[in-house]
Amino acid sequence: MYIDTPFEIAGRQFRSRLMVGTGKYAGNREMVEAITASGAEIVTVAVRRVDLDRSKEESVLHHLSPDNFFLLANTAGCYTADEAVRYARLGREAGFNDFVKLEVIGDRETLLPDVAGLLEATRILVAEGFTVLAYTNDDLITALRLEQAGAAAVMPLASPIGSGLGMLNPYSIRTIKSRLSVPVVVDAGVGTASDACIVMEQGVDGILMNTALAAADEPVAMAHAMKLATEAGRAAYLAGRMPRREVAVPSSPELGMLA
Amino acid sequence: MTEVVVTLNGEAAHVPAPASLETLLEHLGLDPRAVAIEHNREIVRRAQLASTPVAEGDTIEVVHFVGGG
Repeated sequence: MYIDTPFEIAGRQFRSRLMVGTGKYAGNREMVEAITASGAEIVTVAVRRVDLDRSKEESVLHHLSPDNFFLLANTAGCYTADEAVRYARLGREAGFNDFVKLEVIGDRETLLPDVAGLLEATRILVAEGFTVLAYTNDDLITALRLEQAGAAAVMPLASPIGSGLGMLNPYSIRTIKSRLSVPVVVDAGVGTASDACIVMEQGVDGILMNTALAAADEPVAMAHAMKLATEAGRAAYLAGRMPRREVAVPSSPELGMLA
Repeated sequence: MTEVVVTLNGEAAHVPAPASLETLLEHLGLDPRAVAIEHNREIVRRAQLASTPVAEGDTIEVVHFVGGG
């Protein structure tokens, strides 16, 4: 049995390579059950105004204890570097660590990243002592620039946020992984367990998902499936797959056949 | 008792004066450990909430963590 190396970001070890979001669940109880079934330790959260008219509405902290989960604030919904920096600072103040999942979105229809804004925000936040996990395109050059800018992890997308299309470009993801020293965590776009498995088979360090769990018919059951798929994909990567061939090769001996 | 008018999470709010950010949170029934505060675009650390006065015309944002991906 091959023993894997620990999953580590910025010198901190985490118990699972699967990271999950907390959005879009039908209810908090289902969210907590699904996250627990996923085995994830890193759990993303968004920073939003407290609804003062309904101030009894609980923050997500009432359901997920920071003693049991590593809460990773995101800058989802931010369209400029300045806005993302503002949200990151608020998230650090509201939260328990200096990690931020940095998103600077460039387009409302595809939610694809604005890589110029992302690089700018990364530089600012790194200078302020943040541990930046940067959500980006599956583009090698951007990934390299983010690493140079001090990102602690680079998070290329499998496909657009919430699309469930699975990994559109395994070549790009493998290339990014092969060229970066910091961890590569594929973020966004997986739809079902086979998607997660294929992502992990590329050798990336981790995977992050939200909608694939929250929008499944049975989120808790899908969370379990995703846990297995993440582990299976990682194990298969470590095992090293057989070469692809264009021709068949028999598995049984050709010698000893009856005349 | 007098009051000041501030912009709180984007809306006009009447706050009993004198007030600090700490008494404002108390007035709103919010636990300072579960929120982050921006006062005139500057983040105010929890330790500074009691010593930060709320003045007429201030812009205050109170945020917390919600579900997100």
